[in-house]
Amino acid sequence: MAEGLAPPRSAAARAVHNWFPVAVVLLAVVLAWYAAAWGLNAPGAIERVLDADAGYTQMELFDATMTMERPLVPAPHQVAVDLYESLTGWPVDSPRNLLYHVAVTGESTLVGFVLGTALGLVLSVLIVHSRTLDKALLPWIVASQTVPVLAIAPIVLVVLGSLGFSGTAPKAFIAMYLCFFPVVVAMVQGLRSPQKIETEMMHTYAASRWQALWLLRLPAALPFLFPALRVGVAAGLVGAMVAELPTGAQAGLGARLLTGSYYGQTVQIWSALVMSALLGLALTAVVAGVERLVLRSRGGV
Amino acid sequence: MNASIGITPWFWPAMLLLALVAGYSVYRVAALQSSRWSGMATAALFGLWVLAFWEILVRALDVPRVLLPAPSLIMGSLVEHADKLWGDFVQTVVKSVFIGWALGCSLGFVVAVAIDRMPFLQRGLLPVASLTSAIPLVGVAPIAIMVFGFEWPSKAAVVVLMTFFPMLVSTLAGLKAAGKLERELMVSYAASYPRTLLALRLPAALPFIFGALKVNATLALIGAIVAEFFGSPTSGLGFRITTEAARMNMSLVWGAIVVAAVTGSVAYALLVALERRAAFWHPSVREG
Repeated sequence: MAEGLAPPRSAAARAVHNWFPVAVVLLAVVLAWYAAAWGLNAPGAIERVLDADAGYTQMELFDATMTMERPLVPAPHQVAVDLYESLTGWPVDSPRNLLYHVAVTGESTLVGFVLGTALGLVLSVLIVHSRTLDKALLPWIVASQTVPVLAIAPIVLVVLGSLGFSGTAPKAFIAMYLCFFPVVVAMVQGLRSPQKIETEMMHTYAASRWQALWLLRLPAALPFLFPALRVGVAAGLVGAMVAELPTGAQAGLGARLLTGSYYGQTVQIWSALVMSALLGLALTAVVAGVERLVLRSRGGV
Repeated sequence: MNASIGITPWFWPAMLLLALVAGYSVYRVAALQSSRWSGMATAALFGLWVLAFWEILVRALDVPRVLLPAPSLIMGSLVEHADKLWGDFVQTVVKSVFIGWALGCSLGFVVAVAIDRMPFLQRGLLPVASLTSAIPLVGVAPIAIMVFGFEWPSKAAVVVLMTFFPMLVSTLAGLKAAGKLERELMVSYAASYPRTLLALRLPAALPFIFGALKVNATLALIGAIVAEFFGSPTSGLGFRITTEAARMNMSLVWGAIVVAAVTGSVAYALLVALERRAAFWHPSVREG
């Protein structure tokens, strides 16, 4: 196995060692994207842009596939230009600026994430301390991980809508319950992770349940919590975007995707997709950053 | 079906009493010491009580069907629309989910094995593949619909994309799971690379591969259903959920969700059973 090779020593060499392959892979993705744009747009370009009777060169065909108004697959630079124009050409609070939609979706994701995490923490503490709750509730919560719970989003929207909630609340609710399940499952596991010898030591110190929870169980659960938070925030983002589909919402990344597909605005779809990917990466990066800070301050990794 | 019990003066005291009985029965069953089945029994009993209270309260308080249909109504619509839901099941699960899941998983597996001897590609692909878990990949659904049309291939394409990366990451991790001692034993036997792969490293990777298969089963269901929210022909579980929700026919929506939930759980259970047969020797299976 080639992993046996010693990694390079200096920082610069290490950066090249780590990032050069990633750059090559990303470059390959962009090239494949261009190839796909060329291949998939060619029939439409021949039909709509070029004059088949007059004849055309391959170069003209290539040009046409890269610059179409509503291509099947827009070329990367078209998406980049659209993104740049949207982000710089309009004020931040204008619906034409994608940052506005990022803010709308990000807000409901974050509200749902915070509420779902808080609820999950409370319930996991209760489950760990109650044999009845543990046996009655936990199997259902674990089973929920195998079920597409996102499918009940339209029901939640209808129910909350007829109760008079609209806007952020239903979206945040869906993001909340999507975050909730992974947090409970991971926290129950984490709160139970202390060894018997450690819990017995707390016992010999005559520590109360609260002290055992605060001083032993919660710190031990942190390494379990953060991966669940990363999963949860990503699931919450998907939930918030899906929640924007059936309501006919005007704002938000999910709404942008849907209106884009209604009007055949492929470039708009791709831009919204890129922004949602960036939002997902940013949210996970923030969670990962908090994780590193917390674990380091606790003297961990 | 709609005969309301109505609120008589004794209703709330009776409900309180029933709640106490329910709580106490769950508590007693949970306290039973007989190890394995008491957990299942408690959960099942709890589930039954929840259904009972759901039914009673919805009927007694005349909760509008749009808000929450009673379980009996949902069961009724499951039976009544069985052929419709069966069509949705075939459209979504048999076509989009199963084909997409099988393609995505095998593609991830094949790519992982193929780049096993190319550390350069591994170092390039692994960070990218790991990051995709943070991205709402299901958003490609409108694009897939434009490229592949409204029928199931577009949904299967979304599922392939969603299941590919978890399988790739897990298989790569699994191929590194074989212990140093065992690898050196294979070297001392002068075992060739394919022989080591087949006899040692792939079997050692099985728990990782099954882990990805299980995660992907849920992901595939979510992907196909959500992709149908963006547009679909006139059948499919996601289509049924959105259109019937728009028509306020909530008992059928719940019926479609029951079908999706049962499918997810059964798929998971099947994969667990398969894992027990395939990796019966692995410590994680022997203990569990």
